[in-house]
Amino acid sequence: MTGPRQPGEAGRAVTVVEPTEVTAASGPATAGQVIEAAVPAEAAGATATLRVFRGEAGQDTRFEDFAVPVQEGMVVLDALHWIQGNAAPDLAVRWNCKAAKCGSCSAEVNGHPRLTCKTRLSDLDLAEPITVEPMRSFPHIRDLVTDVSWNYAVNRTIQPFTPPADLPQSEWRWQQADIDRLQEFRKCIECFLCQDVCHVLRSHETERPFMGPRYLVRTAGLEMHPIDQADRRPYLKELGNIGYCNITKCCTEVCPEHIAITDNAIIPLKERVADRYYDPLRWAWRVLRGRLPELPVGRELPVFPGGQPPAASADPQADGSEAAGTSPPERRDEPS
Amino acid sequence: MSEPIETHAVDVLVIGAGGAGLRAAIAAHDAGARVGLVCKSLLGKAHTVMAEGGMAAALGHVAPDDSWQVHFRDTMVGGKLLNNPRMAELHAKEAPERVRELESWGAVFDRTTDGRILQRPFGGHSHPRLAHVGDRTGLEMIRTLQDRAVSLGIDVFMECTVTRLISGAHGICGAYGYWRTTGRPVVFSAKAVVLATGGIGRAYSVTSNSWEYSGDGHALAYDAGAELIDMEFVQFHPTGMVWPPGVRGLLVTEAVRGEGGILRNRDGRRFMWDYLPEDRRGEYAATDEEAERWVRAASRSQPTDARRPPELSTRDNVSRAIYQEVRDGRGSPHGGVFLDISYLPADHVRQKLPSMYDQFKELADVDITKGPMEVGPTTHYVMGGIRVDAETGATTVAGLFAAGECAGGMHGGNRLGGNSLSDLLVFGARTGAGAAAHAAGFPGTPYLDPVQLRVAERELGEPLERLDGEDAYAIQRDLQETMQTLVGIYRTEADLTEAIARLADLRARWLAVRAPNGRAYNPGWNLVFDMRNLITVSEAISRSARQRQESRGAHSRVDYPDLDDRAWGGVNSVVHRASDGTMEVGTSPLVSMREELRALLGGAH
Ligand SMILES: Cc1cc2nc3c(=O)[nH]c(=O)nc-3n(C[C@H](O)[C@H](O)[C@H](O)COP(=O)(O)OP(=O)(O)OC[C@H]3O[C@@H](n4cnc5c(N)ncnc54)[C@H](O)[C@@H]3O)c2cc1C
Ligand code: SF4
Ligand code: SF4
Ligand code: FES
Repeated sequence: MTGPRQPGEAGRAVTVVEPTEVTAASGPATAGQVIEAAVPAEAAGATATLRVFRGEAGQDTRFEDFAVPVQEGMVVLDALHWIQGNAAPDLAVRWNCKAAKCGSCSAEVNGHPRLTCKTRLSDLDLAEPITVEPMRSFPHIRDLVTDVSWNYAVNRTIQPFTPPADLPQSEWRWQQADIDRLQEFRKCIECFLCQDVCHVLRSHETERPFMGPRYLVRTAGLEMHPIDQADRRPYLKELGNIGYCNITKCCTEVCPEHIAITDNAIIPLKERVADRYYDPLRWAWRVLRGRLPELPVGRELPVFPGGQPPAASADPQADGSEAAGTSPPERRDEPS
Repeated sequence: MSEPIETHAVDVLVIGAGGAGLRAAIAAHDAGARVGLVCKSLLGKAHTVMAEGGMAAALGHVAPDDSWQVHFRDTMVGGKLLNNPRMAELHAKEAPERVRELESWGAVFDRTTDGRILQRPFGGHSHPRLAHVGDRTGLEMIRTLQDRAVSLGIDVFMECTVTRLISGAHGICGAYGYWRTTGRPVVFSAKAVVLATGGIGRAYSVTSNSWEYSGDGHALAYDAGAELIDMEFVQFHPTGMVWPPGVRGLLVTEAVRGEGGILRNRDGRRFMWDYLPEDRRGEYAATDEEAERWVRAASRSQPTDARRPPELSTRDNVSRAIYQEVRDGRGSPHGGVFLDISYLPADHVRQKLPSMYDQFKELADVDITKGPMEVGPTTHYVMGGIRVDAETGATTVAGLFAAGECAGGMHGGNRLGGNSLSDLLVFGARTGAGAAAHAAGFPGTPYLDPVQLRVAERELGEPLERLDGEDAYAIQRDLQETMQTLVGIYRTEADLTEAIARLADLRARWLAVRAPNGRAYNPGWNLVFDMRNLITVSEAISRSARQRQESRGAHSRVDYPDLDDRAWGGVNSVVHRASDGTMEVGTSPLVSMREELRALLGGAH
């Protein structure tokens, strides 16, 4: 839909929005201009400055600063909502549950990929502006919203759950211990933060597409289901290109659901792919049931449309804007 | 408008991709229809994803003597006998099959020791009945259905909001909406339309619901001439978070009480003992000791002769109890009461309630394995909704169907926990099939009336073009304030009349609302249309609540504190749009109950 966003080259005008006692609704935010917001008088206590990436893809993008009154327990998403309700009604943000259950509100807070509904202001240094930017690996749409549709397209290429045709559900039995691991994978809320940080996807330098950690997790959940019959190893190797993953664990680090993506999903899958007969029990099960794995006709993965590796961080002071504040901190690009 | 509008032709258009919409889409697809599925958020983010505790179905895996008959009775009793009995019957009978089907599509439920789907106890259910996955059952459900729908090749239109239904000679034949990412209009032509848009919680300031819950389906149906029933019945879940302010209203799953959570007031008193309804006291434990025996047995999924703890009374009752404790000055520091599960082993609590553990730890700095939570009532669910036919989900308007939370009748005056997820599956499937059958009989191709399209287009553009006016957030704040204070847990005639007047005011303000800065992903502009729907729905709630001069289930009138079976038993409130465009509220008798079902209710009727 839109071309890749390059935050490093974002427009650098900064708008300051400060709480005042003016009660009239504010006008539209125009770059470089100090505008006044309607704020209840009692809110004039501690404030945090949110430096929010704004603008539409393909147009002038910029950081805007908002001074937001701080309440106890406030999370970044609360602050963004405050901005919507009081200063910039058009601020584009995705969210649904506000409880870390839906995976909608992903963004980069001070350079760290986070769920904004789970990022407490009290854990951040409020003396500095808090930068909030969209996930950088996906094409930008507006403000904090990116185009994540590629992920859905990858998902469609995975062979779904395939139970044995001759074993009715009424006879399915397995122990809780058999599915603990599986349930870990199924906790995934599809926030796409792992996809966002994976350097294979970010650097965009591979010849063929890579499915990314989220879909390795989904595939692991299917492959390790006690009675699933499909063999997704050829798919993982040939189409998903699991081989591109070099186990840097950046995905695991950002997963808000604490899924051990690399250790529990990717490494075991890599082992299975390396030795298709790695798992003698499963193999025996398939032989017994008379269904040897066949090579599924996988569908090609779509090409990743993501952003280029960004240059230096945008520095809002660089072209003489009137905002007080420092530049956004270093962002974690490459695996450490 | 010069450029042609993007148009998609389908047989069945399903609006909403929560559990109900997804299940309906799958059923319609299986019946041979070409299906389009539309949702406001990304796929997989609908409210269903947030459901925690489980889905109720009389599988009998933990309590072998459970049966559809008992589930039916529990549902009707919980609903204060205002449920559509045929819906409650179909639901109780078909839920087990629908849950098993979910497993066969890949859902991975928690297990019993003999390797089958585990079931947990919940308020108002006579037996442990809720199939679950820890406290993230909704995620398991939506992911399973989503993967199923995608693998069937159903077309999904995500981040697309429907603002108008289009009608023609044979009833509803399409829908008009816009893409949220670009703001561009999109039109669907359809031979049948299913509404599965969920609830209305955003009408209140304290709610467990997200921005999506603006009653769109309710309002779309109402505008199209359909009837809404039981709108006065809004469920206030007894346990929402109360502190810190940013999370006020966020749900604390009933599973905490299902697993043994104890409610106490400031003085440490287990106050639910004082609020059990006399006629049901026999179903609950008589002492702390008996309640604790029940908890121990339940935590090992063992049968027991102990009766359930008083905290597992129905939601309406527990909410009122908490409200009264707080009002009488016996609340916790932040205006709630204490809910304590920390007396159970920490490992057990973390395993059974992992996301509650995280939620309190991360958002409130409370370790629930070490100390109590602070909780209070939060707006959670709307029992009222679009009137539907139990068998097919057909509304009172041809070509228009509804399922899930936006449909009315199934839950009567109060929904039991866990009965929603199973409702989505049972009636999602029936409604999808019903809509597909209707579409198959549709004569010719739908004709999309250009006049209706133009009106729809014009109303989208107006707020963008206005040069001054207030923004929709201001209206939202005032609406939520009005509903929260005047149409909450306890209601009076004077408050409700005041609310109706204020809503008229808000509607007038809404007409002049302004949303600058373009159409592309502009929440301020999107909110304008959500607000129109919320104003309509709030008026329906207030008018129905004013009409029902008794207290029943979730509807409590201070001026009419008693149940009045003679005047109001077996009577549904009905709201519809009069020919002059005003809202008309009346009543209609409940769907009659077969003798055989009535017998199941025993002394309860
Ligand atoms: C925190 C929480 C916990 C819960 N726990 C439980 C539980 O344990 N057990 C239980 O049984 N119930 C539970 N419930 C209730 C249950 O989750 C909901 O009632 C149920 O998920 C509603 O499902 P639905 O399919 O009707 O709607 P939803 O899942 O809400 O889906 C609505 C869909 O409609 C779409 N939509 C709405 N308006 C439009 C429009 N104008 N245009 C296009 N699309 C539109 C939305 O985008 C969404 O996709 C819980 C609810 C909450 C909030
Ligand atoms: S381990 Fe590193 S390379 Fe592999 S998927 Fe995770 S982030 Fe990508
Ligand atoms: S695996 Fe974790 S980080 Fe990745 S999408 Fe799922 S929840 Fe998000
Ligand atoms: S809003 Fe759902 S995860 Fe943050």
